[in-house]
Parts: sequence; structure tokens; C-alpha cells
Amino acid sequence: MSVAEHHKVTLSNAVIRFAGDSGDGMQLTGDRFTSQTAMVGNDLATLPDFPAEIRAPAGTLAGVSSFQLHFSEKDIHTPGDAPDVLVAMNPAALMKHLGALKAGGTIIANSDAFTERNLHKAGYESNPLEDGSLTDYQLHVVKLTDLTLRALEERIQAGELNKKEAERCKNMLALGLVSWMFHRPVDDTEAWLRQKFAAKPVLAEANITALRAGWNYGNTTEAFVYSYEVPAAKLPSGRYRNITGNQALTYGLVAASVRSGLPLFCGSYPITPASDILQELSKQKHFGVSTFQAEDEIAAIGSVIGAAFGGALAVTASSGPGIALKSEAMGLAMITELPLIVIDVMRGGPSTGLPTKTEQSDLLQVIFGRNGEAPIPVVAASSPANCFDTALEAARIALTYRTPVVLLSDGYLANSAEPWRLPTADSLPDLTEAFAFTTEPNGPDGTYLPYLRDEQTLARPWAVPGTPGLEHRVGGIEKEDDTGHISYDAANHDRWTRLRHARLQRIAEGLAPLAVEDPDGDAEVLVVGWGSTEGPIRAACQQLRDKGHPVARVHIRHVAPLPPDLPDIMRRYRTVVCPENNMGQLAMLLRAQTLIDVKAFNRVSGLPFASADLVAAIEAFASEEVPA
Amino acid sequence: MTEAQAKLTKKDFTSDREVRWCPGCGDYAILASVQTMLAESGARPESTVFISGIGCSSRFPYYMDTYGFHSIHGRAPTLATGLAITRPDLDIWVVTGDGDGLSIGGNHLIHALRRNVNLTILLFNNEIYGLTKGQYSPTSPLGAVHKTTPMGSIDRPVNPVSLALGAEATFVARSIDNDRKHLTETLMAAHEHPGASFVEIYQNCNVFNDGAFDALRTPAQRDDNQIRLREGEPITFGRNGEHAVVALDDGSMQIVPTGEAGERIVVHDPRRDEPTTAFALSRLAHNPTGPTPIGIFRQVKRPVYDVLVREQIASAKAQRGEGDLDDLLNSGNVWDVF
Ligand code: SF4
Repeated sequence: MSVAEHHKVTLSNAVIRFAGDSGDGMQLTGDRFTSQTAMVGNDLATLPDFPAEIRAPAGTLAGVSSFQLHFSEKDIHTPGDAPDVLVAMNPAALMKHLGALKAGGTIIANSDAFTERNLHKAGYESNPLEDGSLTDYQLHVVKLTDLTLRALEERIQAGELNKKEAERCKNMLALGLVSWMFHRPVDDTEAWLRQKFAAKPVLAEANITALRAGWNYGNTTEAFVYSYEVPAAKLPSGRYRNITGNQALTYGLVAASVRSGLPLFCGSYPITPASDILQELSKQKHFGVSTFQAEDEIAAIGSVIGAAFGGALAVTASSGPGIALKSEAMGLAMITELPLIVIDVMRGGPSTGLPTKTEQSDLLQVIFGRNGEAPIPVVAASSPANCFDTALEAARIALTYRTPVVLLSDGYLANSAEPWRLPTADSLPDLTEAFAFTTEPNGPDGTYLPYLRDEQTLARPWAVPGTPGLEHRVGGIEKEDDTGHISYDAANHDRWTRLRHARLQRIAEGLAPLAVEDPDGDAEVLVVGWGSTEGPIRAACQQLRDKGHPVARVHIRHVAPLPPDLPDIMRRYRTVVCPENNMGQLAMLLRAQTLIDVKAFNRVSGLPFASADLVAAIEAFASEEVPA
Repeated sequence: MTEAQAKLTKKDFTSDREVRWCPGCGDYAILASVQTMLAESGARPESTVFISGIGCSSRFPYYMDTYGFHSIHGRAPTLATGLAITRPDLDIWVVTGDGDGLSIGGNHLIHALRRNVNLTILLFNNEIYGLTKGQYSPTSPLGAVHKTTPMGSIDRPVNPVSLALGAEATFVARSIDNDRKHLTETLMAAHEHPGASFVEIYQNCNVFNDGAFDALRTPAQRDDNQIRLREGEPITFGRNGEHAVVALDDGSMQIVPTGEAGERIVVHDPRRDEPTTAFALSRLAHNPTGPTPIGIFRQVKRPVYDVLVREQIASAKAQRGEGDLDDLLNSGNVWDVF
């Protein structure tokens, strides 16, 4: 077979979506394509989307799992709105994702899976690959299963693997084909397969055979006239790796332990989408990390409070339902003024909600969701890589002010990846300056006053068990000054309540000024965001500027207490828009605290914002008449 | 002899806080026993931590001049577990009650025991909610009339010793608030035990449930009803040892006149690895209104959870070397942009 004639087209960016049955290995395929893309030097952002069930019924719409990747020669901030290429491993995948595909986009469909039964399960009356309904698209019908079996025929006959195992390699054939299409070298994936299947080299070789067969199929067949190249992005120089939000959180916590000199303790209970954090930390025992899989969410935070009392850097990671269970204990950590970190990887709610989807709807829960006046600082990560810095910032606040800190991430950040320019360990904040264990009496006559506060931070001293002469008791009952002895005095309680709010304000006063992005300098519209919406908001603002609409934006990492300069910044703009993946929770806080009529744009679809929707919403708000 | 090594007394474990239990409460006697026992055992106040939940008994840490944590309802074992994992050098005690430890915190108690975390857990059982002023508790007997059971409790009670044995606790004992000698001996043994030790202490709440343990506490009745468990000895009781505990073919135990016991008499062996015999013993009495076993039911050696945690950390360091942050960040696929 001769190599067919191909035309190479250069694109500045591309969005590709792999979709198939939960059992088709789409997440893995997407991960590998991402890794290959990173090696080429593109900037990228990913969006995995999978069902909550481990194995939803095969062939159904509910069972479709997908992975979207946006890669570019430019700096990008979102996983892309509409894909240019859709790989559909079965009819359900096509049915579910065709609507998102760009007009005239490319479809690669595995025709072997378009059986009558599968078509029926997906709700097709006739086969879309044959009935002419896809003529507006570049349709490539590929017999992926058959090609895979044929590529592996010899190995099957040699008894190395059975037909079912061979069939399972079809995702690698698809990956090979798409890798050829976009000029992504596959050596990295080959090495990865050899490592993954180190115990079963036969399976490694079968997958590699399928991968290469896919590549060769693209190269030799005449069906694919075009191939595409997306040149490397001009990223700032340095060493890079891809990182997901959950992984970055883990590394950030280990970094905080190393940079504070405190042993890391993580007590957690498995919950989607936060379980990775306990899993990943359990692999870092050589850093002195101890991990504890507790019997429930309450035990998890209880263990963390105990570890913090003993002088560890203590963290628990959960999601909304688990945070609800931890509320009472978070109040205890607050009143006993112990430094610890509570991570909430938010998912769709309420109740069990949408465990594998993303949402920002726990904001008010973590700020206010406790009995009594129980203010706790809250920081929010804005991108997968930013989870690393946010973990360090949470540790800084916890240690400096002796307080529990909530760190918000979400399902989107947890599982998506982006290139991360690696810091060196030495360049990270030195957290040893944030605290010192008290070892000497601080009161009259050699007594120890566990609630004698630092004048600047209002932090109480941290004397850990084992320190002679500083024996003391802490607990959840209201206290009197300095000694921390129980006090039921009414005026004392009023004062301490205010004191605990004042302590939060000290945190706000210590924050660096906000960076407002207003390149034109004459914007009248300000977009205020927090958390994982930063990418889409940034992209939308850029698109608006490109269209000639000046727009400014500011992104909030410290959502409680809010940065003290925020109200004044907001007052400089005619219109303030606050887009959120909830029903307007930050918007409500901003309105309450500034009396500015903040415009809320809300979407709770379980997916991150599409920047096109944001552009439209901001434009609409911007053009609203402002009452005189 | 430096000051730090000087022999300590009960006073060294007594805080300056005024004790606020009701006059006559059984908690006073337990507090005094614990303070004396710690001084005698050579414990150091700075290395001792008392952690409690909520309830009358949970005020305990305030009265100890050690480190202490008065936490929230039912959760003391969880704080203690986190502390034990990270601070192997400490001597950690959990003080809980029948409501705190068996109702709202039942789950945590079970898991701390089955993991065998290095804790000494004291459960003050008074068969009542005292702090909330007199509701029935998970150990109140069937038919008990209290504020929320005006027609008598229909709630089958928990036998705390059976529950602890069911969780395969490695040290399980029962004692009585006013029996200073027995309580001190039991606390000593519990304190020395590596891993989780569980001591149920019958505690009289003279305000809301006075007399619940009279069968075992009063001089008039106790000799007839206390079945003292002594390692290596045949189990007999009564003023003249006239009753004996025998094993039946179905695995249960029964009380018979000693003269009829013969070879079936049970010789107490708390070190038996299999908890079945101890469990059968615990089933002899469901509420302490008649003959009830007192003493150590089970005392066996098992790997200690927090020790295992540290062993894994040590072996990870031995295999991979002390963690290096730059190596961690640079792990996986990296590429350079120039
Ligand atoms: S209510 Fe009962 S248990 Fe509580 S302090 Fe009073 S006597 Fe003791």
C-alpha cells in the first residue's frame, strides 16, 4: 500500500472530544492524547466528563463518558466550547455529543458499534452514518473494532490474548489515528503502556500494535486527506508538566509540610470527586505523611483536629455532603483556634446531587454553614495548577492565624489538566515564619495562658502536648480572656463573638492588593469571579475586547474574608457582573457588603461555563440602561 | 534527682478548676482514682492527654492538670485517633459516657477499638442522660421509666462489654466507681496495655438514676452479686463462693451452685485470643441488677494501629529515601520550554 496524499493544515488551536461507552477507555485515551500534546509544547486545557455509575448500562446515553481537550499555540484558559473533532465510539456517544460539534466539524465514528441494538439504545430510528443526516460534517466512518481485531489477529492466533482483550485495544487504535491526524508523536504513550502493563507485557504489546495500526491507517488510507498541525505555544521558559487540580492540591500540601517543617496528617473519608487527595497523599509516606481513612466524615475531621492539637499540619478533604457532616466539628476547630485545612472539592448538589459534575454551590455552606457565629476563612482555587499555590496559601493563613481554613476546589478543577510551570522548592513561601510552638510560660507566676493573643494577628499561642509546664485544656464552650477558662458571662460572649470576626478581618488586612485586569483602562464593566470560572471569564473578557468592548475583570481567591479593596474597585465601574456556577451566592454577598446592584449570571449545568455564553451575558448586562 | 524526675502525687494531676459535678456523683470517686493511679504509675502530666465528648463525664479533662480537650458529642475517639497517629510519645485517654460513647458516638468507639489505636477509653455508664436532665440512655434497661419513656423504655439496651468484645477490642474490663481498689487495679492494667483498652465503669448518678447499681455497689448486696474475674482462677462468687460459672455445650455460660459445677466450671483466661469465651461471660448479666462479672474480660496482644502507621512511614523512607520536594514536583512527564 502506498502512502496516500495528504495536505497538512496549520491551525492555531483545536478542540477535540473523545466520546464512548464508560467501558471504552475514553478517559485514558484523553489523558494520553493530553500528554502527547503537552510534549509537543501546546498550551492546553482539558474537560473530563463521566457518569457517576462505575459502569452505567452499556450503549446507553447515560453510560457515555467523554474527554475534551483544547490545545493551542497561544495561551488558553478553557477546555473550549465546541469541539472541532468528535470521536464517537458508539451511537450513544454521537447522539449525546453531536449537538456540541462545530458546524462543519469532523466526526470519526466507529461503525462497528453502530449495530441495530446500539442504535436503538441511543434512540436512533435509522443509522446516521448511512442515512445522510450527517452531510454537513466531515464524516469519517472507520471500522475501529474490526481494524483492531485484524491488527491483533496474529497475537490472538498465537494465544497471547483472547478476542475480548483484543477488542479492548480499540481505543488505542483510535488514539493512534487521531495522533496521526494532529501530528502528535506516540512514543510517550508506548513507553507509558509498557510501564502500565509491566506485569502483562503481552497486553502492552497488543495495545502498542493497535496504537501503531491506528497511526498507519491514517497515514496510508485515502480517506484522510487533511492532517493538522498546531504549533507549539510560546509559553514562558521553564520546566513544565501537566497537572490536574487534585494532584496539584496534594503536591501543595506536601510542599506546605516541607516548607513549614510540620508533619502532614490527612484524615479523610472517600467521596467523589475528592478521593484522589487521600489516595495520592497515601503514596507520599516518605515525606513523613500519615494518612488515615476514617470511618466517616465526622471521624475524618475529628482526627484532623486531634492531629492539629498535637502540632501536625492537618488536612481533611471532602465534597459538599461530607462538609455538611463536618460542620459541627469545624465549629469546634474554630473556637479552639487550631490550624487545619478543610478541602471542599465541590460537586453538583443538593444532597447526593451530581457526584461527578462540577458546581460552585457550596460557597455559602462553607462560609456560614455552622451553628452560631463561627467565621472561618475560605480560599478558592482558580485553575488546576493554581490548586498548588492555593494549598500553600491555605496553610499560611491556618498557621499564621491559628484557624481552620476552607479550601474550595471543584469537580472541574479536580479532574482537568493544564501545563504547569514547575516552581523550585526553594522559591516557595517559607512557612516557618508563620508560627512557632510556645515552649515557655507566658503568664504571671510561670503560668500558661492559652488564649493570650498576638496583638497583630490576634492568634493564640500554640503549645502542644508534651511541653512541660504548659498543660492546658481547650474545648467548645465559650471562654474567658487569656486563660480560656469556661465563661458563661453575657458581655464576655458578645465580646468574644466580635473578637472572632475581628480575627478574620486581620486576615483581610494582611492580603496583597487585588490585581484588576483592565488593559484598555476605560472599561465601564467589571466582571468579578471566583474559583474555577477564571478560565472561561478570562477568555470571555478577551473575546469581548477583541470585539471592541472594553471590559475589566478581577478574580477573588480569598472569598472569606473578602479583600478589603474590593468594594472600592467595584465602585469604579458602572456595571459589575458576577458569573457563577450556582444561583448567585457570591453576588449576594457582594450586594450585601457593598450595596452595589451586582448583576448575577448563573448556570448550574454540571459543566464549566462556555465562554460564548459568558460573552453574550456580559454584553447584555453592559448594554442595560443604568437608571439615572 | 532532678525535679522533672521527682515522684509525683495526686496533686500534680489535679487542676485548679472547681469540680462541678452534683454532690454525691460517682464521677468524684473515679476522678480521684485516676489522679492517684497516674501519680503512682509514673505518668507525666505534660505527656498525658485527656479527651472527652459531651456529657457529665466529659467535664473530666477540666479537672486534670494534664493536656486536655473537651470536644463535641460522641467524637472524642476521633480526635484521640488523630493525635495518637501523629504523637506516639503521648499517653492518651478518652473519657466518655453511655450516651456519648454508645449512642451518638457508637460508630467511633467501634472503629477505635477494632483498629486497636493506642488509647485508654473510660466509659462511665450511669444508664441515664444526666447533663440533659434525665432521659433514658442506650444502656437503660427495658421498662425504665424516665423523662422520655413515661410508659417504660421499649429500647433494648446495649451491653457495653459485649459491644467492645464484638469489635474485637484487645483489652476489655468492667469496674465500679466506689470500689477504689478494684478500679485502680483495673485502670493500671488498662493503662499498661498496648493498643486500645476499654473500661466500663458503673457510675451512680444520684440525681437522675440513683441506685441503678446498688446490687453491685452496696455492702449489703455486693458480695452476692459481684462475679470477680481473676486470671487463672475458677469463676466462683457469693459470700462463701457458693455460686459458680459453668460453660454449656451451646457455648453459653450459666450460674450454678458450686457443688454442682464439677469439671464444667470456667477457669478465667482473659488472654485467650478468641473472644468467644469472654463474650459468653459478658452475656451473664444484661443489666447489673443481679450477679454481674467485674474485672478484665479480655487482654490480648495485637498489632497497634498507630505503631503500624509509623512503621509504614519508616519503611517508605527506607525504601525511597527521605522525600525530596523538587523530585516530587518533577516526577512524571516533564518538558522544557526555552
Ligand atoms: S447529673 Fe448525675 S451524672 Fe451528672 S453530675 Fe449530676 S449526679 Fe453526676
